[in-house]
Amino acid sequence: MRRREFWARFRRNKMAMSGLLLVGGMFLVSFFAPWLAPYDPSQIDLKEALLPPSAKHWLGTDPLGRDVLSRIIYGSQVSLKVGFVAVGLATLIGLVVGAVAGYYGGWVDLVLMRFVDLMLCFPSFFLILAVIALLEPSIWNIMVVIGLTSWMGVARLVRAEFLSLKEREFVEAARALGASDLRLILRHLLPNAMAPVMVNATLGVAGAILTESALSFLGLGVQPPTPSWGNILTAGKDNLEIAWWLSLFPGLAILVTVMSYNLLGEGIREAIDPRLKD
Amino acid sequence: MWAFIVKRLLLMIPLLVGITLVSFVVIHLAPGTPVELQTTMSPKVSLEAQKRLRELYGLDQPLHIQYWNWLKRMVFLDFGLSFSPDRRPVWDKIKERLPVTITLNLLSLLIILGVAIPIGVLAAVRPHSWFDRATTLLVFFGFSMPTFWLALLLMMFFGVYLDWLPISGLTSLGYLHFTWWQKIQDLVAHITLPVLVAAFGGLAGMSRYMRANMLEVIRQDYITTARAKGLPERTVIFKHALRNALLPVITMLGLSVPGLIGGSVIFESIFSIPGMGQLFYGAVMARDYPLVMGELVIGAFLTLLGNLLADVGYALVDPRIRAE
Repeated sequence: MRRREFWARFRRNKMAMSGLLLVGGMFLVSFFAPWLAPYDPSQIDLKEALLPPSAKHWLGTDPLGRDVLSRIIYGSQVSLKVGFVAVGLATLIGLVVGAVAGYYGGWVDLVLMRFVDLMLCFPSFFLILAVIALLEPSIWNIMVVIGLTSWMGVARLVRAEFLSLKEREFVEAARALGASDLRLILRHLLPNAMAPVMVNATLGVAGAILTESALSFLGLGVQPPTPSWGNILTAGKDNLEIAWWLSLFPGLAILVTVMSYNLLGEGIREAIDPRLKD
Repeated sequence: MWAFIVKRLLLMIPLLVGITLVSFVVIHLAPGTPVELQTTMSPKVSLEAQKRLRELYGLDQPLHIQYWNWLKRMVFLDFGLSFSPDRRPVWDKIKERLPVTITLNLLSLLIILGVAIPIGVLAAVRPHSWFDRATTLLVFFGFSMPTFWLALLLMMFFGVYLDWLPISGLTSLGYLHFTWWQKIQDLVAHITLPVLVAAFGGLAGMSRYMRANMLEVIRQDYITTARAKGLPERTVIFKHALRNALLPVITMLGLSVPGLIGGSVIFESIFSIPGMGQLFYGAVMARDYPLVMGELVIGAFLTLLGNLLADVGYALVDPRIRAE
């Protein structure tokens, strides 16, 4: 009945619930973007350029006369995709590296963990930019690069869980019954190590969305005309003195989205282990 | 103590080799050879430059020899020549910008410490008070704030709307003719916003960390003992608890170095500050590979250095670590 306890605790946490609702809302917005957006996000109309918010364009228009609200709504799709694919990749790599290191121990563990230390030496934003410089900036490359540079935390978590779990009796029992290494890892160890990984992944989505928006803002992420919150802000920076709405609204969208994943992640963490509250 | 430092230095060597290895792999990730990539992407690269590039990477030789040669050059800080029209050595370009980035990051570290430590301590002394709740909310805010957006908002408010602070560069136009007092005022005005933006990113994490440390320490037996023998609460908190809770902060400072260096790309390019971050951004945009690689290695080296200083600092203040 651990699941019921988890829910009971989670539901009592106001911050966690608001995080969950906001994340759910974001999902709906990006799935129903074509119905929600009042205009075509890439429809250029130079006569309507840089209009402040009005009844016609609720959040104003950009330098090409495109509707900012529609672009923000479509931009949520980019954030969602990047967040989930990048974190999925990072979690997968981290699970494999952490499981192998923790299960086999010895020199395998030593080599893998030194590699983790090594990857942590690179300022990750530097590494990401260097790779983007070599490849073309595109949404797929961004996802892969963020994934490849953010798996180290998961690996450390999984390894630590495995180190303590593998000494437990139920693992010993399964081994005595002749379970193979792979079966032990996949059926007995991994499911018991998943809780902290889920928390890490939820917080990771928040981080990935922030990184993507920063890259797109610098012009090294999602390329125009595809709308992303980061690249709308680039236009905001270029028109800082005349168009505040271009800088304000996309940033708010990032802030609220990232915050809702952070609230959700912390909520899950506290519901899994109430002692963590402090 | 010296034995400890020497041991840490020796441990750094394999990591340094690893850093160069990963960097080397990264540059060979590119589809095609680096030379083809350069020449197909930039029509500006001449035949002579192509030849020099091929020599630089030694592409006719087997991979391990290439790496060995590259490593040998790296030891002498020879990162090759920049692809930009001025063709200056990469190291010269990085060298002149390092002080700016390091100074700004040190200043923002000071702000982070100055603000986060009191917040963390006050929140921990009275857990679940209104102050603790308010700072918890602020921490979530801080964790979720895109720093480049914060920079835009501050520029818009203080730079454009109020017109109090300059929003780009390090100095004003007539800087060279200013008196020394005007020079200082000018510099301070220029770096205020960038340093605030750089500090903001680290504030949330540090205050959270400080709160957790403090809560942990307050739970210890020696704090109960101190209270039991009738010491005033002020002495217990600031003398017995705070000192011990501050120790791990040194490690945290070391760990925050990569984030700060990475973040300098963002705030330096937004505020047009001539530091390493802006140089790196320019290098990435212009696909100046030698410069990109040089910056990558130096960035990782600075991180290692930060970790080393943190370890040594920790050992200096905590004899238990040295004994290990």
